[in-house]
Amino acid sequence: MKRLISFWLNGRAREDAIADNVLLLDHLRESLGLTGTKRGCDGGECGACTVLIDGEPRLACLTLASTCEGRRIETIESLASQGRLSRLQQAFHEKLGVQCGYCTPGMIMAAEALLRRNPHPTEAQIRTALSGNLCRCTGYVKIVESVQAAASAP
Amino acid sequence: MSATKPPVAGPVHAVGMRQPLIDGIDKVTGRARYTADLPAREALVGAQLTSPHAHAEILRIDTSRARAMPGVRAVITGEDCDVPFGILPIARNEYPLARGKVFYWGEAVAAVAAEDEQTARAALDAIEVEYRTLPFYTNAAEARMPGAVLLHNDKPGNIEREVSSEFGDVDAGFAAADLVREQSFHYEELAHAQMEPDCALATWDPETGRLTLQSVSQVPYYVHLTLAECLKMDPAQIRVIKPFVGGGFGHRTETLPFEITAALLARAAGGTVKLQLTRAQTFTIHRARPETDIRIKLGMKRNGEITAVDAEVVQRGGASAGYGIITILYSGALLHALYRLPAARYHGFRVYTNTPPCGPMRGHGGVDIRHAFDTMLDIVGEELGLDPFAVRRANLIEPPYRTINDLQVNSYGLPECLDWVEKASGWRERKGRMPRGRGLGIGCSHFISGAAKPVHWTGEPHATVNLRLDFDGSITLLTGAADIGQGSSTLLAQIAAEVLGLPLLRLRVIAGDSALTPKDNGSYSSRVSLMVGNAARAAAEELRTLLLAAAARKLEARPEQVECLGESYRLTGTDKVVNYGDVVRAALETTGPITTRGTYTVPRELQGGKFRGAGVGPSPAYSYAAQVVEVAVDEDTGAIRVEKVWVAHDCGCAINPLSVEGQVQGAVWIAVGQALGEATEFRNGRPVRSNLLDYRVPTIAESPPIEVKIVEAHDPSGPFGAKEASEGAVGGFGPAIGSAVAEAIGIRVPGLPLSPDRVLEALHARRREERLKATLKERS
Repeated sequence: MKRLISFWLNGRAREDAIADNVLLLDHLRESLGLTGTKRGCDGGECGACTVLIDGEPRLACLTLASTCEGRRIETIESLASQGRLSRLQQAFHEKLGVQCGYCTPGMIMAAEALLRRNPHPTEAQIRTALSGNLCRCTGYVKIVESVQAAASAP
Repeated sequence: MSATKPPVAGPVHAVGMRQPLIDGIDKVTGRARYTADLPAREALVGAQLTSPHAHAEILRIDTSRARAMPGVRAVITGEDCDVPFGILPIARNEYPLARGKVFYWGEAVAAVAAEDEQTARAALDAIEVEYRTLPFYTNAAEARMPGAVLLHNDKPGNIEREVSSEFGDVDAGFAAADLVREQSFHYEELAHAQMEPDCALATWDPETGRLTLQSVSQVPYYVHLTLAECLKMDPAQIRVIKPFVGGGFGHRTETLPFEITAALLARAAGGTVKLQLTRAQTFTIHRARPETDIRIKLGMKRNGEITAVDAEVVQRGGASAGYGIITILYSGALLHALYRLPAARYHGFRVYTNTPPCGPMRGHGGVDIRHAFDTMLDIVGEELGLDPFAVRRANLIEPPYRTINDLQVNSYGLPECLDWVEKASGWRERKGRMPRGRGLGIGCSHFISGAAKPVHWTGEPHATVNLRLDFDGSITLLTGAADIGQGSSTLLAQIAAEVLGLPLLRLRVIAGDSALTPKDNGSYSSRVSLMVGNAARAAAEELRTLLLAAAARKLEARPEQVECLGESYRLTGTDKVVNYGDVVRAALETTGPITTRGTYTVPRELQGGKFRGAGVGPSPAYSYAAQVVEVAVDEDTGAIRVEKVWVAHDCGCAINPLSVEGQVQGAVWIAVGQALGEATEFRNGRPVRSNLLDYRVPTIAESPPIEVKIVEAHDPSGPFGAKEASEGAVGGFGPAIGSAVAEAIGIRVPGLPLSPDRVLEALHARRREERLKATLKERS
């Protein structure tokens, strides 16, 4: 059954008719064309689909879109403001926190949630906050450095 | 020209600069489109029915109910493609959809294209398949037993390939040794686990009979060739495009069955089909490093010099040939060219089993044998009272050097790598004095910078790059080399920009679109930096020559009197300059837009010897790496923590030092995964770890700091001296952590991974042995 769901997406109010069994990931990617949020697994394994729901990092592949009534959802597409990269995006780009880039949107969203909560995290806090996000390219070394660089950016 | 004019700016340098990826902004903003992200609202949903048996005859497939379902637009089976495929022309025994038999659990048997996912799934459920099960073998020993049912009738004993070679006098070498030791090692099978699941988008135009396939390939050219063969099409009617690719590591080197299936479905349905595999299906496509058993014997003189080695390698290859012959040959070939080796015997067996086909994985064929070899260096050296660094230094190569199996080493930065890791890790002060439960270990490794003999040998150059210059002054670099995240497009742009002295923003790179880009052998065997890099350099030099000639016309001088300053060209020794835009217009004046072509061909003397199997191993240049690993081992849980890795990698010349660091860290880290616990597993023929929770890739929480030192032993074959940077550091980690664990707990676990259960088992075995010894002592 479809029902009308009202929510905020990347700062703008929406009202979508969404079937009860549709995952937020599919709604974002298939219905709304926001393909920045990636599917990397068969459910809850890799973190590639991490988005923010009311500021908290959440897996869009384990979230039914119909449960998002009244929520504020943020995806990777929202971070650059007026075309300028956010400090995390800038840092991941400049410090090579990105190689193939497939885990990157989820990784950056998880890091964004961390920095909002804790603007100056320790390395251990960074590692804990990102431990649900897998990357197969970087060995994570430059990901840690990217988050640290973003946290110390003016 | 007035004397007050500001001085002319010199050429801009790109090579050696820490350059963020030219496509990095697309990736951090989420704008980068991977295959699954391509706009395809009209696409039909593809889905595959897979085998529920590890080995069975297919007695009957009935698709009539599925075909009759509303919304189902195509149903295909093995009947729809009777052309076998496989990367090696001499070993093709795989079909995109099974024909007659299934060889492993999860092999695709039928496929549908439907208007939506629900209908596609319902259609799969409606396909009836009747099987007669056969005995199945999920390890090499069982498959080789006398009387075992053959997977492929032309391969007795289920041996895909047996290789043997002997170089030098091995028996004399062992006789001359002061100490000879022999050991066996076991290595579990790995998966690439690249973050992007497999996906293909195929479009068939019924009006023109043309096919376009967009897919996750590392080698779009192979995909193109295979599609033409399997679909019995004129290759000119096919276009293959590589969108952004979410990692490869070897998974996507050969053409994969689902890519052909997507094309077959699109043709059958007369439209566009998106075939998105699940993570579990992506695991089953596999093509990664095989389960391997190694027996190795090493002889050494008292001073640490190796006198001879004898190795036997058995690889569980899986159900079809794929890259198998190459992998088993690499394990033998890569015994050589790291250390001086006077005599070596090798015996390799690649075995067919009822598991998904194995293939190349980062460090192709060289990683497990390197673990066994370097571990033996430590074992034998220790018994002779030698420090692990001393053993390695006793066997260094002096370039130029030709190995006994005809590999040519023209640059060799290993000594400097060893010096750096020894110092950086505090080895001399700390080794042997670590507290209980802590240890240090060293390992070395190397890799080819591209295979001197490509798989598809056509006589053409190994690589071709085009540079296109048009009226706007922009330069487009066209290459078939696939950027799969390793940064190849950035590297090629840097090389061209350096030659032309231009800022990187003048260049765009288009990579991997058969309608636009020249054929390329693709991103495998770490060939791009050296081979495609040389082609990019040649194309840029050709363009610079044309621009110098045009500038000379403008300056009314001869070309050799003109110097290229990038954004301007100057009459040497004067302040007469003409700016880049004017030079471009002058260059285009008579010819119109310009395309230059650069190629690279491996010189004959670097193509190896003439014996059987000699085509595998030769490369224009070899990279070298050394690493020291520090671990802490918890003796109660068997858990290992990697505290720190110091790694030095000789890449000849770091065209992009930022990327080299990232590649070396990634190479070490992928080996961390193998060492700490990655392994596939089959129960009753069925894979049970086909997800990213049970196939345990290290998370950021347990991944160590990896400090990288770039060593630059310039190679005469490389562009600006460059060699590969992505694979050379994989192999050294395993032996290094093995030795570190040996120092920490006094036990060498014979193989990988060193998962907690194995470490605990080894600790328990030792305790039992100690108790037994104590009891016996009391009684005596």
